[in-house]
Amino acid sequence: MPRARLISRQWGSLAATAASIPITLLGLALVTFFIGRVVPIDPVLAVVGDRAPADVVARARVELGLDQPLPMQFWRYLTDIVTGNLGRSVMTSNPVWEDIARFFPATFELATLAIIIAAVLGIGLGVLAATRQGSWVDQAVRVFCLAGHSLPVFVLGLVSLLVFYAWLGWLPGPGRQGIVYQDMVEPVTGLLTLDAALANDWPAFWDAVLHLVQPAGILAFFSLAYIARMTRAFMLAELRSEYVTTARAKGLSNARIVWRHAFRNTLVPLVTVIFLTYAGLLEGAVLTETIFAWPGLGQYLTVSLLNADMNAVLGATLVVGLIYVVLNLFADLLYRLLDPRTR
Amino acid sequence: MTRTVLPGEPLVAVRNLHVDFPSATGVTQAVRGVSFAIGREKLGIVGESGSGKSVTGRALMRLLPGSARVRADALRFGTTDILHASEAEMRALRGGRIGLILQDPKYSLNPVMTAGAQIAEALRAHTKLGRREAREAALNLLESVKIRDPRRVHDAYPHELSGGMGQRVMIAMMLAPNPELLIADEPTSALDASVQAEILSLIEEQVDSRGMALMLISHDLPLVSRFCDRVAVMYAGQVMEELPAADLHRATHGYTRGLLECLPSLEERRERLPTLRRDPSWLAPRA
Repeated sequence: MPRARLISRQWGSLAATAASIPITLLGLALVTFFIGRVVPIDPVLAVVGDRAPADVVARARVELGLDQPLPMQFWRYLTDIVTGNLGRSVMTSNPVWEDIARFFPATFELATLAIIIAAVLGIGLGVLAATRQGSWVDQAVRVFCLAGHSLPVFVLGLVSLLVFYAWLGWLPGPGRQGIVYQDMVEPVTGLLTLDAALANDWPAFWDAVLHLVQPAGILAFFSLAYIARMTRAFMLAELRSEYVTTARAKGLSNARIVWRHAFRNTLVPLVTVIFLTYAGLLEGAVLTETIFAWPGLGQYLTVSLLNADMNAVLGATLVVGLIYVVLNLFADLLYRLLDPRTR
Repeated sequence: MTRTVLPGEPLVAVRNLHVDFPSATGVTQAVRGVSFAIGREKLGIVGESGSGKSVTGRALMRLLPGSARVRADALRFGTTDILHASEAEMRALRGGRIGLILQDPKYSLNPVMTAGAQIAEALRAHTKLGRREAREAALNLLESVKIRDPRRVHDAYPHELSGGMGQRVMIAMMLAPNPELLIADEPTSALDASVQAEILSLIEEQVDSRGMALMLISHDLPLVSRFCDRVAVMYAGQVMEELPAADLHRATHGYTRGLLECLPSLEERRERLPTLRRDPSWLAPRA
């Protein structure tokens, strides 16, 4: 195939991927819109309260545009979303967007640290187990992974708090930071570690890091179990393939065969595994966030749901959906980088 | 690197080689007492699937999976005792002194590395070439295996190459460190008939001009007899018969005769090709 046509085909498929994003988001908005209309929670009452006089209720209904036909309402909903207006939360009485902007960084910080730990350790353990298939190392990794995947997070979290916080006193208790550091650092990104570092406030930085250790460690343990198992399975398949025999026949070192040849090929499917795990963590890990009193998206979503705070629930749902779509796009771009066959 | 072959000694000496694969259901005996020697010549090993010819080739490079149990009275390459060599000695041997060409470049080349990078890697594993010199050498090698546009192929990924082109890359890669023995394991079975001849003559030319020894593993009797100096016929993990390729039509062993009988001929019209009748006595262990 001529080079020019090849390149244009590459850009074509990339453009198709990019074009699918708004369509996916439109579908998501449609779903949240209809959920908002179907659930037996009156958005008018949520605004004016259930003791408001009838004329106030009627006026609010008109102001919210709820007297108009559904397509018109959807159009209004869409323009609201695009302009960043997700409505007001009944519970916090803040605009939902502001709430999410406040809660999401906590989740983002936690999930990002957790996925980095999980990916590094998970890949390491998975490759180790695959290269020593059937040995005691392999068995140990499998037991470790089984534990990570089957021990409930709340058990691990509570035991960890009991041991490292209550008994040993090595790590701080629940929360994102110690009381002394509360509101001491100017919020720029909302990520406490980054903000503290930007402000050159190193005691606050270490305080934030230490608070992250337990929840991030527990989330990472759970995720790394899955990543390690998948890495092991992918690696075993690659190590059996012909090109690995070729690499060995070339007289390459074992490390080079394992990493440069076999592992490099498992990266393609691994990217999917890691990105999906990351997306799952960003959604908010409700149990972990509850145990460690972590003011994250998962907690926000759960509390809103239990209080029938529909604007907050639907807004947070939209954000979670957006995260999935964006991470998928990233994974797609990474594929192109990693696998020449998809270009 | 020491390239010692004692005078009067063959390059490869295999005596009473056994390869077993133990499994949960019992032991599979893939090779059962194979002996042969290779000098600076072309040895063809023919046999049907599962006759142990590939396993024999890989045992020479110690490339069998960890579960394989290999024993032999002698398994030597030059002065290197392959059974007892250290892993470092084996790595110098693999690629450096023995090259291996596999069947299908679609699977035997790494899909995420360019052809040039894979050749340069083989070079740099056995020489002290720098990155740029290795690239130059890789381009030269691609040219020497008669690739018309070496620059394009150098930067191409395996999936962008045809089967014949991929096999040329494989040959260039395995010839890169100038080995003394080339093991070609069914090098043309995955290729189109028209390309097969080109690849074979390329191998022949390279082997002759470099003065290498060749071990050609194939199931194609006529091809091997045309191409090699000597032919060893394997069946059920044993060598049935070893004879000069030119004398193949004078083969005496029942199995070889049976195989030859099964071949269709353009000159001779036959109503029905006979099928091979297996004689249980062929399976008896030999001295």
